[in-house]
Amino acid sequence: MPLDKSIKKVLVIGSGPIVIGQAAEFDYSGTQACRAIEEEGIEVVLVNSNPATIMTDRGMASDTYIEPLTIEYVEKIIARERPDSVVAGMGGQTGLNLTCELYDRGILDKYNMRVIGTSIESIKEGEDRDSFKQLMERTNQPVAPSRIVTNLDDGFVFAEEIGYPVIVRPAYTLGGTGGGIAENRSELEEILAQGLHLSRVGQVLLEKSIKGWKEIEFEVIRDGAGSCITVCSMENVDPVGVHTGDSIVVAPALTLADKEYQMLRKAAIDIINSIEIKGGCNVQFALNPDSFEYAVIEINPRVSRSSALASKATGYPIAKIAAKIALGYNLDEIKNAVTGMTYACFEPAIDYVVTKIPKWPFDKFFGAKRNLGTKMMATGEIMSIGNTFESSLLKGVRSLEIGQYTLIRESSTERTIEELASRVATPDDERLFDLAELIRRGYPLEEIARTTIMDIFFLKKIKNIVDAEEALRGMKLEDMDAETIKKYKKMGFADRGIAQLTGASVTDVYEKRKKLGIVPVYKMVDTCAGEFEAVSPYYYSTYDEENEAQASDKKKVIVIGSGPIRIGQGIEFDYCSVHSVFALKKAGIETIIINNNPETVSTDFDTSDKLYFEPLTEEDVYNIIELEKPDGVILQFGGQTAIKLANFLDKMNVPILGTQPKYIDEAEDREKFDEVLEKLNIKRPKGKAVWSVEEGVEQANLLEYPLLVRPSYVLGGKGMEITRNEKDLVSYLKNAFKNDNKNPVLIDRYLGGRELEVDAICDGTDVLIPGIMEHLERAGVHSGDSISIYPPQNISDKIIDEIMDVTYRISRELKVIGMINIQFIEYKNELYIIEVNPRSSRTVPYITKVTNVPVIEIATRIMLGETLKDMGYSTGIAPKTSTVAVKVPVFSTEKLPRVEVSLGPEMRSTGEVLGVGSTFCEAMYKGFVAAGTTMPKEGSTLLVTVRDMDKENFLPIAKRFAALGCKFITTKGTGELLENAGIDVQISKKISEGVPNVLDVIRSGIVDLIVDIPKKGNDVNSDGFKIRRTAAECSVSLMTSLDTVRALVEVMEAGFSPDKTSIIRLDDVK
Amino acid sequence: MKAELILENGMRFSGELFGDEREIIGEVVFTTGMGGYQESITDPSFAGQIVTMTFPLIGNYGTNSIDMESDKANMNALVVREVCDFPSNFRCEKTIDEFLKEQGVVGLCGIDTRALTRILRNHGVMKGAIVTGEISDEEAQKRISALDNSDVIMRTTCKEKYVYSSTGKTHIAFIDMGTKKNILRELAQRDAKITVFPANVSADEILESNPDMVFISNGPGDPVNAPGTVDTIKKLIGKLPIYGICLGHQLIGMALGCTTKKLKFGHHGENHPVKDHTTGKVYITSQNHNYVICNLPDDVVETFTNVNDGTCEGIRHKTLPIASVQFHPEAAPGPLDTGFLFDRFLGKEEE
Repeated sequence: MPLDKSIKKVLVIGSGPIVIGQAAEFDYSGTQACRAIEEEGIEVVLVNSNPATIMTDRGMASDTYIEPLTIEYVEKIIARERPDSVVAGMGGQTGLNLTCELYDRGILDKYNMRVIGTSIESIKEGEDRDSFKQLMERTNQPVAPSRIVTNLDDGFVFAEEIGYPVIVRPAYTLGGTGGGIAENRSELEEILAQGLHLSRVGQVLLEKSIKGWKEIEFEVIRDGAGSCITVCSMENVDPVGVHTGDSIVVAPALTLADKEYQMLRKAAIDIINSIEIKGGCNVQFALNPDSFEYAVIEINPRVSRSSALASKATGYPIAKIAAKIALGYNLDEIKNAVTGMTYACFEPAIDYVVTKIPKWPFDKFFGAKRNLGTKMMATGEIMSIGNTFESSLLKGVRSLEIGQYTLIRESSTERTIEELASRVATPDDERLFDLAELIRRGYPLEEIARTTIMDIFFLKKIKNIVDAEEALRGMKLEDMDAETIKKYKKMGFADRGIAQLTGASVTDVYEKRKKLGIVPVYKMVDTCAGEFEAVSPYYYSTYDEENEAQASDKKKVIVIGSGPIRIGQGIEFDYCSVHSVFALKKAGIETIIINNNPETVSTDFDTSDKLYFEPLTEEDVYNIIELEKPDGVILQFGGQTAIKLANFLDKMNVPILGTQPKYIDEAEDREKFDEVLEKLNIKRPKGKAVWSVEEGVEQANLLEYPLLVRPSYVLGGKGMEITRNEKDLVSYLKNAFKNDNKNPVLIDRYLGGRELEVDAICDGTDVLIPGIMEHLERAGVHSGDSISIYPPQNISDKIIDEIMDVTYRISRELKVIGMINIQFIEYKNELYIIEVNPRSSRTVPYITKVTNVPVIEIATRIMLGETLKDMGYSTGIAPKTSTVAVKVPVFSTEKLPRVEVSLGPEMRSTGEVLGVGSTFCEAMYKGFVAAGTTMPKEGSTLLVTVRDMDKENFLPIAKRFAALGCKFITTKGTGELLENAGIDVQISKKISEGVPNVLDVIRSGIVDLIVDIPKKGNDVNSDGFKIRRTAAECSVSLMTSLDTVRALVEVMEAGFSPDKTSIIRLDDVK
Repeated sequence: MKAELILENGMRFSGELFGDEREIIGEVVFTTGMGGYQESITDPSFAGQIVTMTFPLIGNYGTNSIDMESDKANMNALVVREVCDFPSNFRCEKTIDEFLKEQGVVGLCGIDTRALTRILRNHGVMKGAIVTGEISDEEAQKRISALDNSDVIMRTTCKEKYVYSSTGKTHIAFIDMGTKKNILRELAQRDAKITVFPANVSADEILESNPDMVFISNGPGDPVNAPGTVDTIKKLIGKLPIYGICLGHQLIGMALGCTTKKLKFGHHGENHPVKDHTTGKVYITSQNHNYVICNLPDDVVETFTNVNDGTCEGIRHKTLPIASVQFHPEAAPGPLDTGFLFDRFLGKEEE
């Protein structure tokens, strides 16, 4: 069927803030969907609370609302915009759940809307546990047998029936407490007895263990006529037991014979035919490696992280096609944009190997429990393409930016063979390197395959790399001939890897290889393995014969992307890269993107004129530069990943657009930057680098406490901390020097003032500040984790003028061309500078949207030679908007066991939401709602523990809560304070005082909000830490800064509700 | 051992021999199927050909004695980028190297198979030779031009009539043009008694066996080289229901008055979309052919069409029980989407 002409206006729901498990992939799919619908002349109403996304840009949809993703706000938007349809599957689980809720509550009926694409009935069949089980029975599909039992005997009977091992999952316990895997009857007796005891309802789910089976996924698409295709198969290198988001995944599946492959493919198609999917669906299977037995693990009737990966792995745009199907088209009516000749109704043929490796946040969260299991912990991922498994894997490893160019990891080499053997059996983020090391020590592959249950095929491939590394170790560069070097380059080794192994320098390897004419060629990702002529400008490198990427003689610029999403470097940088490309295209310049993140818009092959899906190392980037010979390279938008290439590219005489490397270095190097500030007479908190505990104590006395301390090189050890007395300082320093005595510790005076931030644009002469952002939480909370307010609410004209003046002078001094980000502290009416980033920052998408200044476009045009004056701007701060916007961070700490939850100097948030209103209070209210904070009301219960130094500050806030009718539960110390002030308090036991204590109170579910102001973070043994972890794990809202709490009570006093707030179209934010 | 693949147009690709290490000539084609190499190696339709796999890792799951599409391998040579010497699969019996050695098939690895595929795509199918040692262009072309695949059907068909399945409700006279075993398996599974005849069988011999229908299999090469089969079919039209797959389909088409033409580089892969005109649905099919039928006479209806290039993928006679498809509903290797066609042929669909 062609386009359904009755569709005029479609509601698209985004996925909200980036959290672990729901990341940039939904910006990619949502953006594709919006474009696919708009190009049919159909209006799109878009709602998403996440301001960092490309989909929420002006011009992407007809009407965009950056509003909370709650039923109330979505209904308000529907009531105003009156879309006739909604498409459910583009905004991840969030979008899907919201659509179901709109349907269940009759809101869709009320507004005469229909769900286009996969229907609600179909979605529910896939999502609901019981209907899923029925669906599997109806389609004759096996699932792992399971049963709920309430006593031991039933358990034994069922276990005999399904066979051991059996997984025991007690109902209603958190994080799987009390569960386990029973290998035999006596183990079952023990685990089941405990499980039954721990379960609140005395119920335990027993399930046949399919741990160790191969985990295979299919991405399937079905249209309204019932035609089905599978876009891609994927195989998890880590078998069932590790979440697919935490697994290394290859595409296509590599270890299946045609019989197994077709059996699973047919099952996937039978399932989606049965529930009549109209769009995309993901089907996950577990396959017994020793037979044809399999089980369906789950299905996701929507686009997903896996579908983003499948799209990038094949070049087949799943979200776009799913959107077209929702509009009525059949697969054989949609052109394949890659070939331009064939249709979307085919199955991509791949002629390379794709590897996905997760990016975990454990470098930030050093205290976290790193074991991988059924809960996803990765914040992002990289994808790599090669035409051998070895090259694909090695490219992937160096794309992770963890300093690895081989499989030799120092931490693994230090382990004993026994440690390694036991570690590989319980996977964590270092398993790949432990495996390599174990193989290197000669441990038998068969034995490793037995304990890890990984397919020996993959282990042998890892062994191939290890063997090659060992061979290289025995070689000298000067003895290596062209054939030898080519062999290792083909296998995927970086010059740096070869250099490290042979003891040569990287430059020597590069020069020798170059002299021998060994350079990479680039092959096209074309969906058809070369069968048809393709026009997709999407490439990956190999060391083969034929090069398919022809450099044009047009004027062209390369934009370096930002790699995998990690804490501190998120989707915001993809936003910047993509916008820079848009601006370059507008200027008629050929655009080239290099990036390795499959979840992003930047790696969509039609975003830029050419896409190179490659690691972002010096060598990989420079190889492309040598081929393309661009007129310039832009580094400012790719975060630290791109900026750190500056010196190298400068050395190689590559023209860098924007601020020159010399000045980037001046901003990044602490000592050089101090000189700049000195010269300009700009204040910064006093500080000193110290080399010993004694020197530290001495300096501390000169600087005065409190002090901000941090290692000058953070090496996975302790991060930044605020110390308030000599005891804490000494303990910090001792520890820091024990971990690393080759580098100093930086000690700065900590100023507990107001933090302010600007992103400025400079053309060398003029400096434009689109807007000043005020942070709600005082200094000491990482800027990425504090609530950011625009326009500022509490600063004087004097400070505003001073910010402009300092920004102007620094930008001029550093000869900034393009973007600069500066962070300040206002302390006792004085302005101090605390940080300068000579690049685009995390706040750019936010400030662009709320000020309506097209920041990236201006900055890009400046890099091309235009001036601010040319574009109608001049030095100054852009006019303030009448709307107020707050950016509120969102955390994923509940997903990361043992990770500190409180706000501090180290960034922990994974995403952000926006609240927009006509006043600060309204914006803040919506920001809290969007971030999922429980808004206390009359009768709500607050659990409060406040450190001594803040007790007095808390008292007035407590009175305001009390006046609003809130009740308090506290521990003794805080309780006395409140009681003395005449506030009723229920005192709870501290953890050491026995049960029931504060933790039990939290778990009981009676607490609506927890206020815990910690003395010091990261102490896993402290009560505070346990309270905060319990809060995170029980999904109870938690605030750890009095500034946030104060804002909350202010918002509560204003008496907002969704009804009493307005919704604001992005176009009306001005 | 080092070796070169030399094409008709003079291009050379150097690699390493494996399997049955010797020199050979053949028609060079590519297949885009990502798995199922063992089924392809033993598929008689590849007889006389040097087959390039576009997927770069071949041999990952080894080979076994079950996934055979004929008793022995038929292709002349297999060209791959990387051959796996350490396969892993619960059914694996031999590595692909051992298998090719045993089956007498030449293997050539270490080739930029994508570059080769792009050349075949642009130039069309070419003859080629795999040679060891130094060889001049002239000598190479001399060898290549000696290739004669006109008798491949008689090389792959059964030597004499035999019974594949001795009991069954429907008796099928099966003309073996170089059949894949899985067609026979699919038919036998549906309660069919099957008598298999060689390609040069006469209409009388078939009628003597008193079958309920005639089935003409797939097979290698140009349909015009089929040894009198078209005449045989012509004589059976109107007397018996006639069904066919691939080469069988082309021969039925010719018997009904269609003509054939050669495709530039053929359809070889497991991802070809065909549209079923009766339901409007598109199915993904396994295909392996260089020729198609065209110019359908008035009493012949096109039932399936290739979505990519619009070529004919299936026909049916307007009044007589005659139907055939160009693609492979028996899969092996490839998708199982169109297995229902066997039910249709055997009149079981309604049941």
